[in-house]
Parts: sequence; structure tokens; C-alpha cells
Amino acid sequence: MSFFTSAKRFLLCSIVVYLILKGLFLSGFLTQYIQQIILFSFIAILTSLGLNVIYGYTGQFSLGHAGFYGIGAYTAAYLGAVFKVESILSFLPILALGGVAAGIVGYAVGVPILRLRDDFLAIATLGFGILVKVLLDNSDRAIEILGGSRGFIGIPKIVNLETAFFTMVFLILVTRNLIFSRYGLFWQCIKDDELASTAFGINTARMKLMAFTYGCFLAGIGGALYAYLYSFLHPSNFDFLRSIDFLIIVIVGGMGSITGTIYAGLLWVAVIEGLRIGLPAQALEFRWVLIPIFLIVVMMWKPFGLLARKESKFLGLGRDA
Amino acid sequence: MKALEVSGLKKSFGGVQAVDDLDFFVEEYETLGIIGPNGAGKTTLFNLITGIYRPDAGRVIFFGKHLDRVPVHHLSHLGIARTFQNLRLFNSLTVLQNLTAPILGLEGYGLSSAIFRRRRYFDGERSAEEKARMLLEFFELSGKEELGANSLPYGEQRKLELARALSTNPRLLLIDEPGAGMNPREIRDLLKILRQVKEHFRLTIVVIEHQMGLIMNLSDRVLAMDFGEKIAEGIPSEIRKDRKVIEAYLGDEPITC
Repeated sequence: MSFFTSAKRFLLCSIVVYLILKGLFLSGFLTQYIQQIILFSFIAILTSLGLNVIYGYTGQFSLGHAGFYGIGAYTAAYLGAVFKVESILSFLPILALGGVAAGIVGYAVGVPILRLRDDFLAIATLGFGILVKVLLDNSDRAIEILGGSRGFIGIPKIVNLETAFFTMVFLILVTRNLIFSRYGLFWQCIKDDELASTAFGINTARMKLMAFTYGCFLAGIGGALYAYLYSFLHPSNFDFLRSIDFLIIVIVGGMGSITGTIYAGLLWVAVIEGLRIGLPAQALEFRWVLIPIFLIVVMMWKPFGLLARKESKFLGLGRDA
Repeated sequence: MKALEVSGLKKSFGGVQAVDDLDFFVEEYETLGIIGPNGAGKTTLFNLITGIYRPDAGRVIFFGKHLDRVPVHHLSHLGIARTFQNLRLFNSLTVLQNLTAPILGLEGYGLSSAIFRRRRYFDGERSAEEKARMLLEFFELSGKEELGANSLPYGEQRKLELARALSTNPRLLLIDEPGAGMNPREIRDLLKILRQVKEHFRLTIVVIEHQMGLIMNLSDRVLAMDFGEKIAEGIPSEIRKDRKVIEAYLGDEPITC
């Protein structure tokens, strides 16, 4: 019970936001396309939050986050096809399994590679991300239905406002409870000084693995939602550049800030999609000039991100009162 | 009872024999000072005791227990705590969190208590915080709980490091050059605090220090090292007069302090 009562303010904000969104969705102001983008922004927030746990809080630089996102998406899509999932109720266990699959792979990959530090870890995770992409590209040779480079088609579109939004709210709350607990404290200690953490009794190998596994689990959940939102998966949605997208959201939002990730996730999706809508068709590729300029400006203005290590009191995401 | 027993300890880095066949012991509740010129192997010795380096030979016995197979993060659970020569505080955490982290590492609550905010979570957090506040009061750092650890002045950061080392209720405290980078006045304050720690916490202390005044005042016994070897051992007044020590470390003149 105190899972909910300890975060009344955040839940209240969430319900207000939900009601506003629901009203907008029902009113017909928002096209199907815009609605989809809004739901996608929740997925981006959730997945980036996973990376923030790994990188922003624990300091383990990962360039392969989209790999875990892809594992979640393909696992959920595959299991859904096998078990003929059509309704929300039967989708929820599939959603959880998508996260669990990414978490298990994260654990297995994390055991050897989390011994590495900084740039070495970056290269190892980068390699892992590319490995996943290549496997997905050729997946149809092993399992026909995965579709390989033709893409995975025919996933039922089950994810609606409620599923995406409340999954996000629930997992933000879980993440916040972890961050503001001894585990989150240990993660931050490790980021600050791994040697001192060990000297003061923190099992750093175990704690890093825990953060990594949990972060990958969130990516897997994000991926599973993505599969059932867009009903089509293609390996190119899970390549290296997608990892960079999540990294940008974490860094722009602020390392070690849940609120920052939420704001930056919304901002990032809004900028990318806004430019797609705003720019004339023949100038569409101009986005890739404007976006880097936007990033440079943000980083010059706020070098540590919008909200490094700060949480919004308004949203009620800080420590328990 | 012997709190710490070191025998035949050896460690070399490339061609340099940092610690060479060292034997010594520390009685429970005793304060042992270790002196020696730069590069004598003092910090290496600490790193060997605390498992950061593995010795090439020899053993470290803590209250009768061999430490050679104990994982590093278990040492604080066994009751060994240390400070570092160049402060290693958790700089992005608050003053209070620098103490609650080690405390919660020792006596925590489970993952599900954290996620579902069960009672154990609140109890655990509260008791860790109370304990941390008591320590901060002892070190006259009350009122600075919510400041960032790295925003404290240097002297207070040293105090905080000492408080952090004591937060896990150690039986053996290893202090690595507490007076490094301090002026004479700060050293005097430090000595006062260290004496209070000695009286108040009743523990075994091993302290490495360059500042002669500090070590001679604080230690019950002093061990002098040079080139990784023990060159003298005894009560402070003896060490002060020891020929070898004076030659190796203190210069030609006898020291006056």
C-alpha cells in the first residue's frame, strides 16, 4: 500500500496528465499520427530511464542500449505471435516477458563486460548493440516469423494511451523507489568512487550488475510497448543510432535525474517529430542540421543537462517526505 | 589479544620492492603509528591489509582470521575501516549520505522492501540517519547534513572522511596521512579530534603520518619503515632517539617536539 501512499503527489500529477490526455485523444483534435507520437514519447522516456540508471546513476557507459530495447521488442512480438495475443489482458504478461528477456540478456552480458571501465565498456556495449542488429537482420534464417531484414509484420496494435501511460508511471515509481533507497545510494557511490565504495562494504560487482540488469529490463519493456504500438518491427529501428537517441535524452535531461529524463524525452520526441511536421517535404533532411545545432545550444547553456541530480518537487519525484 | 598480525609480507611493483618481508602486530585497543620517508611502502602496506593489492607473499591476520581469501567488500563487515591519503569522499552525495551509505551497506533492507516501501525500508533509513547524525555531531559537522560533500572546506572533508570510516563500527581503523595538506593549526585540531576518537570509540588504530608531532603524541607504539622494511619499532620516545630512524627519515639533527 505504501508503494502508492509514499508517492501521492506523483500519482496525483499522473492522473491529472492522464485525464487531460484522454480528453484530447477523445476530442478528435489529435490525429492518429500525433497520438502515436505521444505514446512513443512515453516509450522513449521509459527506455532512456533505464539508460539513466546504468549511466547517469551508476556511471557505466553503455552504447548498446537499443540492443536491449530490440530484444524486448522482438521477444514480445514473437511470444505474442506464438500465443496468439489479441487483448490487453493477455498482452500484459507478454509485456513483462519482453522486459524480463532483455533483463536476462543484460545480466548475462553484464557479468563479463561490467569488469571493464569507461571507454572499454563503451566499446564492448557498442559491439553488443551491433551484434543484436546483425542477428535481427538475419533472424529469418533461424525463425521465419521474425522476418529478418524484411521486418516483423502483423503484430496486433494493442498499446493504447492507458497501457503506455500507466506502464510508464508504474515503472517510474519503481525506479524512483530504487534510486531513493540504499541501492540507489550504492549506485551513486560507485559512480563517484568505486574503490572507496568497495572499501566501505559495497559489493560493487553485484551492484553494477543489478543496475545494468534493471536498466536493460526497462529497455525491454520499452521495446515490447513499441512492438505493440507500431505493429511493425524492423532491425533498423534498433541500431546504433537509436542507442544514441537514448543517450542524448539522458544527457540533455541530466545525468542522475528522473525528472530530467522525463522532460528531455518529451522534448526530444517533440523536436524530431515537430521538425518532421514543420519542415516542407523537400527540406526534411535539413532536420539533421537543425538537431545537432539544437543539441550544441542546449549543452552550452546547460553543460550538465537540464536537471543534473535534481528532481522536481512539483512532480513529487524526490525523496520520501 | 592481537588485533592485527602481519608476517612475512612482501609486495613488489616491477623492480621496486615496495614492502619487503615485513612483520609486526598491533594489540587490541593499541594505537600504532607508522612513519617513514616518501616511498617507504606505508600506503602499500595499507592497501595490502585492505585487500586492494594482493601480497606476493606473507599473510595478514585480523583477530585470528586470515584475510587472504576475504573479498575486499567484506573487510568492512569484519570490522576494518580506513581513510585515504587523498580524500576519497563520495563527492556528488550529501554529507549525510556519505555516512548513511556505509551504514546501510552493513545493516540494510531487502530489494522488495525498497520497491514497495515496506516498513523495513523506513525503519532502516531512519536508524541509519540517526546514527549518521550522531557521528556528525561528534565531529562538529551538525547542520551541514544536506551540503554536498565536496563543498566542505578541506579540514572538514578530512573530518567527514574520519566519520565515514567510523560509521561501520570498525574494530580496526587504518588512517592514512590524516595531516596531509594541513597547516600547523589544523594539525592541532586534528590531533584533538583523533585523541577524542581514541578515547570515545575504543578501537585499534594504525596511523600513517609524516607529521612527527602528531604521530609521537598519538601513538602508543611506533614502527619506522624505509624501503619497504622495518627499521625500528618501539615507544615514541625510543623511536625519537633511534639512530637508524634519524638517519633514514629525520635528518641529522635529533627532533624536538
